[in-house]
This record gives sequence, structure tokens and C-alpha cells, in this order.
Amino acid sequence: MAELNVNIGALKLKNPVTTASGTFGYGIEYDDFMDISRLGGIFVKGTTIQPREGNPYPRMAETPAGMLNAVGLQNKGADYFAAHIYPEIKDIDTNMIVNVSGSSVETYVACAEKIAELEKIPAIELNISCPNVKQGGMAFGVTTAGASEVVRAVRKVYPKTLIVKLSPNVTDITEIARAVEAAGADAVSLINTMLGMAIDVEKRRPVLSTVTGGLSGPCVKPVALRMVWQTYKAVQIPIIGLGGISNWKDAVEFMLAGATAIQIGTYNFIDPTVGIQVIEGIEAYCDKHGFASARELVGALEV
Amino acid sequence: MKKYMLNMKVTGNDRLHANYCLLRLTADQILPEMQPGQFVQVHVENSPTTFLRRPISINYVDREKNELWLLVQLVGDGTRKMATYKVGDIVNVLLPLGNGFTKPETAAQNLLLIGGGVGTAPLLYWGAVLKEMGCSPAFLLGARSKEDVLQRDLFEQLGDVYITTEDGSLGEKGYVTNHSILEQMHFDRIYTCGPKPMMVAVAKYAKNLSIPCEVSLENTMACGIGACLCCVEKMNDGHHVCVCTEGPVFNSEKLTWLN
Ligand SMILES: Cc1cc2nc3c(=O)[nH]c(=O)nc-3n(C[C@H](O)[C@H](O)[C@H](O)COP(=O)(O)OP(=O)(O)OC[C@H]3O[C@@H](n4cnc5c(N)ncnc54)[C@H](O)[C@@H]3O)c2cc1C
Ligand SMILES: Cc1cc2nc3c(=O)[nH]c(=O)nc-3n(C[C@H](O)[C@H](O)[C@H](O)COP(=O)(O)O)c2cc1C
Ligand code: FES
Repeated sequence: MAELNVNIGALKLKNPVTTASGTFGYGIEYDDFMDISRLGGIFVKGTTIQPREGNPYPRMAETPAGMLNAVGLQNKGADYFAAHIYPEIKDIDTNMIVNVSGSSVETYVACAEKIAELEKIPAIELNISCPNVKQGGMAFGVTTAGASEVVRAVRKVYPKTLIVKLSPNVTDITEIARAVEAAGADAVSLINTMLGMAIDVEKRRPVLSTVTGGLSGPCVKPVALRMVWQTYKAVQIPIIGLGGISNWKDAVEFMLAGATAIQIGTYNFIDPTVGIQVIEGIEAYCDKHGFASARELVGALEV
Repeated sequence: MKKYMLNMKVTGNDRLHANYCLLRLTADQILPEMQPGQFVQVHVENSPTTFLRRPISINYVDREKNELWLLVQLVGDGTRKMATYKVGDIVNVLLPLGNGFTKPETAAQNLLLIGGGVGTAPLLYWGAVLKEMGCSPAFLLGARSKEDVLQRDLFEQLGDVYITTEDGSLGEKGYVTNHSILEQMHFDRIYTCGPKPMMVAVAKYAKNLSIPCEVSLENTMACGIGACLCCVEKMNDGHHVCVCTEGPVFNSEKLTWLN
């Protein structure tokens, strides 16, 4: 039986399979369907220092192999998280990682500081890429200057594992990856959603209240895979790959392209137990192909 | 309530006129407890344009046959695929989801269940449970035309049934809120499910007479279990809440519709 454990900087994962922020709630929503502690980690809902109501309904538009969302970081704020949600999830036996967002360098820093106080949260994922938020989000993730500024500032106050989540809505993702590596990130995760749009022809109006939204699901996988591959060649820090993963084969593709770990997002909505199947599938793949450890898959693509 | 993911077997799928089907499903295990007003998320396989699960109300639970009934209106590719399911096919379903209707304080209360179109679906199970509890629910069913009045015979076994159709082909002509029974009788509680304009009109009627009214929303959903925050409805207090976990049934006073 192959070893499945992997490391993201100082963070130890029992296996490379984690779930993506905004698609897995706080983990407990999936409790009834599976043993969530079997996952390598759970990236919980995007959290900001102040509570946010998010964007008006409608916030979702389905596409044939994915969906657009414009949730807009609805969350009850970092204080509420620390007081009410953290106690509920802190004893789940896997890495509970908080996805941190902000609208200015100061709000990112304040949120990261607040989460840093929580003993059982071993890492944060900095969302510099959310395309839904009118100020902030987008602006940081799409320029090297903006990305390094916010990562450098958060690095100063956050001593644990700092993962930076990259936006695909850029000309060259490797530039941004290099910039956040230089600014002190321990790892990068990619990709966040791709900017898209849907139109209701009967009403001649956009489907989403925000007109545009973030595309996710199987339709984005080839783009995400390409970006992971390019980034793998550009940086030394570990990569967490995501975008459209819906089965173990997709996950193995991301690892071969250079991802040390992967996240499953939208597909949890279709099959809430997909994470478990991916863990088992990676293990079977390693055994079948004679890999003693899943770590050997990372970047093992032969070109 | 604990949620389950079940591979259910089709035991029947009847076309009710051109645009509706009644899908009956069973499982190897005894079906879990389900409340009227709750819904399920159906995974529609082999429909290339149907990516997400489809939320469908619990139409009825037949405990003797261990069957779940889903009443489906064919509106798009997903629901049209469901209409092609054959006896013996396997359908993956998440259930039971959301919260059901609130029980009346006493069995003596006059209860009116108002449904429009396929929105009558959850009212059949609710009516059956109310009757078991010793209540005498009345039903006001609205539809475009005679063919769109669904499961009328089953409703008639549960209580008095009043009907309106937009074209006057059955019952009184007009919308549910125009039905004469609303002038003739006093109701202590109203429960409604259907197209939004109908529910808004019902909620306004109820508010004018200070009748507690529960409405069942059909916001579009992705996960159906409170994880994605796509299905939100804005409440009177300004907060967005998930219809899939806080609803789909809401006290109409909590919604912004009446403002
Ligand atoms: C809690 C809940 C309970 C429901 N119960 C039932 C039920 O018991 N029986 C039933 O037939 N339907 C029910 N619906 C609606 C049903 O989910 C949709 O009709 C279905 O998802 C449409 O799928 P489709 O692929 O056939 O159509 P699509 O191709 O997705 O859509 C076709 C058309 O239907 C509209 N539509 C899609 N989803 C919805 C929705 N949620 N509400 C209103 N319009 C929609 C679209 O805008 C489009 O115009 C319920 C919805 C919810 C949220
Ligand atoms: C409904 C929804 C909400 C999301 N919310 C967040 C969020 O709060 N923060 C974040 O960094 N990414 C968020 N994402 C992006 C996902 O984490 C992920 O990057 C993206 O969906 C691509 O992966 P997938 O194709 O596997 O879903 C969200 C995605 C969806 C579908
Ligand atoms: S549909 Fe995902 S939270 Fe309601």
C-alpha cells in the first residue's frame, strides 16, 4: 500500500486530497455523507474581518459542465468565526484551513492576525483572486505589485503556513506565482474561478445579479492543469492544484503536472463523497504503477 | 435531521398529461423520516447539459410500499430526462433536505393549503400528514388550465378541494386569490407553494387578515446542503439566508415581499 502523506511547507497532510473554499462550507455540512476527517484538509469558507452579506440573488448560473457563481464572500466575519464556528470544527481530525479575504491590505492583515490566534488552524489560504468583490480581491491578484504587497504584509503577522491562492484571470500566472514566492508565501494554490458570464435570452438580461461571475467545475480543468504545469516550472514552493477535479484521474493529472496536493471544489455538489473516492483512487493508482508514495507523482509528467 | 445519499430504484414513472411525471422511488433500506415541505436533490445522469443536481419537493411518502414520490414538471433538459426513467433504473438522491412546514397549534384550526401549478407537490404529503394528525385541511389549487390540476383525486381523499384555472376550464376562473372560498370562510393558517407572484399575492392576502402564512421558495440551488450559499433569500432584517437549510419553507413575514 502506497504512502499517501504529503507536506505543504510545515503543514502535514495525511493524503493530498482536500476540499476547496466556498464549496465545502465548514466541513460539517458534509458530515452526514462521509467521514470528513479522512480528507487531507478542508479549506473552509472565505472569511473577512467584517461580516459580509454577499451579492444579491441570483448568484448562480449553471453551465453544461460547471457553474458560475457570484456569492461575493458572504460570511459572518472573523470574530464570529472564532467565537462560534471554530469551537465546532477545531477537533475535526484533519487540517482545517481558513480562506482569508480582504478589501485592503489592512483588512487582510487584520483577518490573518485574528485567525493566527486560533491554535488548531494550522494554515491560512490567502484569497487574492476572488473575482466577485468590486474593490480589493481582483486588484491584488492580477498585478505582481499588488500580490506581493498583500502577501508581504500578511507574512509579517502570520507565522504558520501561508498559502496564497492565485487568480487565473491574468496574462501570465507564473509572474504572480514568482512574486508571491518572493514575498514569503509557503505555497500557492491555483486556480480560483475564471471570470465568465451568462445571459437569459428570454428576459434579455444577465442571469447573475452582478452580470459577471466566477466559472468553476469540469469545464475549467484543462486551463487549471496548464497553469499548474507552468507554475511548477516557475517556482520552488509547493503547489496545491485545483479547478474542475471530479475524480481520481483528474487528481493524478494535477499531481503529475506538479501539484503536491489537490482541492476538490464544485464537484462536491454533485457527489458529496467524491473526496473519499479520490483518496482511494490515488492509492490504487500508486499501487498499480509501483509508486511507493504519492509524493513520487508530483511533477512526474514525462514530456 | 440526518441526511442520506441513496441509490434509489424506480418503481414507477407515470406521465400525468404531457408536461408532468410522477416518479416513484424505493430503496433497499427503510426510507428515513421525512417532513412535508422538505425536498431532495436528484442526480440526473446522462443528460449532457444537466450538471448540477435538481431540487424536487417530497410529493408523498408511501410507508407501506417504502416509496418516495416526486411530482416533476418538464421544463428543461434535467426534468425531461427524469421523465424518461424506467422501472428498475437507479437514481442517486440526497435526502431529506431543508425544513418542513410548521404544525398547527391545535387540530381544530382551519387550515388552507394553497398550491399553484407543480407547487401543489409538497402539499399532498403535508395534507396527508395533517389528516393523520386529526386535522381537516382544505386545499385551494390553482392552475393555468384543467390539465394542469394535478393529483386532484388524491387531494379529494384528504379534504375539501377548491380549484381555480386561468382559462376557467375547471373550478372558478381566475387566480387562487380570487376564489370565493376566501370570502366565505375564515382560515387560521395558510400554507402555500407555487409561482412567486402567486405566493406574494397569497402572503399579502394573509397579512391583511393577520393569518399566519408559510411559503415554500424555489430559489435555484447548487449544493442543497448549505455549503455554497448560492440559494439565498434576503430576509426583512437584511440578512441573506440559505433557502436550502433555513427554508425552503418560511414564515412570509420574514421575507421582504410584503414591504
Ligand atoms: C426546493 C425546491 C423544490 C422544488 N420542487 C419541485 C417539484 O416538486 N417539482 C418540480 O417539477 N420542480 C420543482 N422545483 C423546480 C425544479 O428544481 C426545476 O424546475 C428544475 O431544476 C429544472 O431543471 P431542468 O434541467 O429541467 O430545467 P433547466 O434547463 O435548468 O431550466 C429550464 C427553465 O426552468 C427554470 N428553472 C430552473 N430551475 C428553477 C427553479 N429552481 N425555480 C424556478 N424556475 C427554475 C429556468 O430558469 C429555465 O427557464 C423545485 C425547486 C426547488 C428549489
Ligand atoms: C459557490 C462557490 C463559492 C466559492 N467561494 C470561494 C471563496 O470564498 N474563496 C475562494 O478562495 N474561492 C472560492 N471559490 C472558488 C473555489 O474554491 C475553487 O477555486 C474553484 O471553484 C475552482 O475549483 P473547482 O472547479 O473544483 O470548483 C468558490 C467556488 C464556488 C463554486
Ligand atoms: S444550494 Fe448551496 S447553500 Fe443552498
